[in-house]
Amino acid sequence: MSELGEIWVYLAREPLAALTATLLAWLGALRLQRACRRHPLANPVLFAVLILAAGLLASGIDYRSYFEGAQFVHFLLGPATVALAVPLYRQWHAVRRSALLAALSVVTGGLLAAAVGVGIALALRAAPEVVASLAPRSVTTPVAMGIAERIGGLPSLTAALVIASGITGAALGPLVLDMARVRDMRARGLAIGTASHGIGTARALSVNATAGAFSGLAMGLNALASALLLPLLWRTLFG
Amino acid sequence: MIGALATLLACQLAGEVLARALHLPVPGPVIGMALLFAGLLLRGREAPPALEATSDALLGNLGLLFVPAGVGVMLYLPLLARDWAPLSLGVVAGTLAAIAATGRLAQWLLRGR
Repeated sequence: MSELGEIWVYLAREPLAALTATLLAWLGALRLQRACRRHPLANPVLFAVLILAAGLLASGIDYRSYFEGAQFVHFLLGPATVALAVPLYRQWHAVRRSALLAALSVVTGGLLAAAVGVGIALALRAAPEVVASLAPRSVTTPVAMGIAERIGGLPSLTAALVIASGITGAALGPLVLDMARVRDMRARGLAIGTASHGIGTARALSVNATAGAFSGLAMGLNALASALLLPLLWRTLFG
Repeated sequence: MIGALATLLACQLAGEVLARALHLPVPGPVIGMALLFAGLLLRGREAPPALEATSDALLGNLGLLFVPAGVGVMLYLPLLARDWAPLSLGVVAGTLAAIAATGRLAQWLLRGR
């Protein structure tokens, strides 16, 4: 028994167990996605998060000790964001002609995403810090957390809402775009990247190279525009 | 592959340094993406094959990288239980409205181009 206890202490201290669990949950999530015949609602990020959260709750391990190990996966988000320059460059001849008009759609769409979320939360009388946490949720995680901090939101709640928005857009975005009869792959990519950042971009990349490049462009532009505009607008409207 | 990884990390590092030194509200990795893009444009040829391969490997598994932060949702179960209606409606309606509007606007602006 004490030997088991020692093994448990070792596993809880080292990043090995959390890393292995994260990769296994991801492989399981991909398998589930294939079992659902890649239905848009079957999102692997959602599956993996549910598997791991259930596992942590069931075993009584707290999130902080899990993240100590899993942060090595989390860290790769930075280089992966930088790497988005490569598909963008590959598609540059297609993007260049429409860069300005693309930027105009992204800024408009990004502000609308924030306004609708905030409007609904205000109408349903959510707590002020909840309203502020909702505003930057269509922006990529690290930027959104920074914005939330500046406008009085809860950064880690924002991180959760960012991921929820990413999954929503990746899962339902293609259906909504079909219903709105948006067939231009460039426009589809811009829409998904504006509202659903990297999670939407991951899906767009797996469907179509052009949509993926425009989605990455939209994600970068929306991060830039929201980081500059949201704190200013917030101070003007609610300050 | 190590050279490509070093390139990505160097761009991110330069981005973080610039963001802090100039007090930019934009995060380091986004500036790093702009720096790498500018570097590729200045170089003018196709991106180096090793950089292409490493980037494709990272971006091909982009979803995995969001998982550790996503599990953090479990910290907010009490808050989620209290404000679940505005939170879920705000996320779903806001996201889908933005996707439909951005898609329509972009398709209209880019028509014939």
